[in-house]
Amino acid sequence: MSGILVVIEQRENRITRISWEALAAGQRLAAQTGVPVTAVLLGADTASLAGEVAAHPVAKVVRVEHALLAQYTPDAFTLALKQLIEKESPTHVVLPHTYQVRDYAPALAARLGQVLISDVIDISDGPVFTRQLMQGRLNGAYRHSGSGPCFVSVQAGAFRAEAAEATPVAAKTEVFNPQIEAVQIRTKPGQPFRGSSQTVDLGSAQLIVSVGRGIKEAENLPLVQDLATALGAELAASRPICDNGWLPMERQVGSSGQTVAPKLYLAVGISGAIQHLVGMKGSQCIVAINKDPDAPIFEVADYGIVGDLFEVVPALTEAIKAAKQ
Amino acid sequence: MKIIVAIKQVPERDAQVRIDAAGKWIDESDLQFALNESDAYALEEALQLKEKSGTADSEVIVLSAGPERIGQTIREALAKGADRAINIACDDLATRDALGVARLLAAAVKEENPDLVLTGLQSEDLGLGQTGVILAELLGLPHATLILHVEVEGADGPQARIKVKRELEEGWFQEILMPTPAVLTIQSGGNKLRYATLMGIKRAKTKDVRQLTAAALGVDAVPVVVLDRVTLPHKQKSTQMLSGSPKEAAAALVEKLKFEVRVL
Repeated sequence: MSGILVVIEQRENRITRISWEALAAGQRLAAQTGVPVTAVLLGADTASLAGEVAAHPVAKVVRVEHALLAQYTPDAFTLALKQLIEKESPTHVVLPHTYQVRDYAPALAARLGQVLISDVIDISDGPVFTRQLMQGRLNGAYRHSGSGPCFVSVQAGAFRAEAAEATPVAAKTEVFNPQIEAVQIRTKPGQPFRGSSQTVDLGSAQLIVSVGRGIKEAENLPLVQDLATALGAELAASRPICDNGWLPMERQVGSSGQTVAPKLYLAVGISGAIQHLVGMKGSQCIVAINKDPDAPIFEVADYGIVGDLFEVVPALTEAIKAAKQ
Repeated sequence: MKIIVAIKQVPERDAQVRIDAAGKWIDESDLQFALNESDAYALEEALQLKEKSGTADSEVIVLSAGPERIGQTIREALAKGADRAINIACDDLATRDALGVARLLAAAVKEENPDLVLTGLQSEDLGLGQTGVILAELLGLPHATLILHVEVEGADGPQARIKVKRELEEGWFQEILMPTPAVLTIQSGGNKLRYATLMGIKRAKTKDVRQLTAAALGVDAVPVVVLDRVTLPHKQKSTQMLSGSPKEAAAALVEKLKFEVRVL
């Protein structure tokens, strides 16, 4: 077996940040195992992106190119990568844990008799792969026990992209043309489109009060709205609130909603599942109010209040009103 | 249309989870369990598809694997309107990897030849998010993930074509056309979940639950990846906890917001 493959993902002809993080993870594995890193790009034409990747510390860049890879389908990506993996026989295949990777990587691994270790947040000696369990309340240490390539996808923000800094000497680039027939592609994807027109731009809000499942019922929302109004903040929510239709989807923060980084993010009754944390952990100051002292939201909070939000929030609203007078 | 919904029973969301004595899994002794949330949405989508289809031979079958306690969750799904169920008795679910679990489910699905297999996009306990995709691979069927809505294009029944709405990141969506049979993983929020009616609960008691075992399905449990150890996460930040009565804590927070965060 010959090395570590890192799959680089692009969106609108730009390499995504999480792909550089996956490369950093691949380099950490390489440092432990002493094998070279190969970066892999997929598409109809990846020449310009390959140039950018080759300026990073990788042994080689492989351009997996085929007209049927122009638009993502799980069938084409799985076929192409399986052929490349059989040719390269890597020890590890590292991927960014994106919606796209989640769509094909489990099938790709299974086709090779393997199991993807998904959403990894750390790699330590062994290698031992850490991923979160129970919505972030616990960590699990996983290891690959079989023979054959070990598939790993890495969580956004878990590895530092800066660790994948540029080098002066460009790596060599190869083209790999997989065999794919049009009839092998069973799904027909449409062009991506935006949901409802966005009238709330949470991204530019300086202060955000965000509400989660702890609010229990739609009838209780005015409690949090009053706090937001007193503070002069935008109101946002975690996914379950929008799933229930209590607030519009455009107010949702998290991996499927908006990513925000305000001066203050005040999380009320939000436990802090990773899908929510990725959307707000870059905030300058995070305050969490939650009845569960073990809620993962407290792991990213600067200030925390453990208590019943139905008592704490009204008290806070009054205190803010008084302070503003 | 014949639809199988693969569901999982997971610890209740608010449950206080503790690591077990061996440090390999959680202590399940005092836990309450419930239906995994995105699986509930998968069930809802299946029930709505059946109701829309109106053909007499449409049915919704729930499929689950796990220890004896999953019987309760299966009954609840039947009470919500599923027609019958398949229960795979399996006491080592937590030590099987995603492929091992999908093999169990695939063996049971194969015997039924459904038009659609739906399941939630990921479980709330392990959060691997892979079962549906691997299931499709093992069954040799096309799949789509993170689906909010399913529509039958043209005539219903075997070989129907479907149009699904897939969620992408950051508020983007995509429609995908695909043939059936197919496997879809369902994202939460596409529908409003129904409650079981009293009549539904009554009728669930008489509905057929087929009992299978992992051994009878002939699926080996040798994992490729192993969960070695469960630990508490490291804190990423040092959080300053503000204690006291709600009023005192609120006052302390206002002080911080005013003088340290400077947003008041």
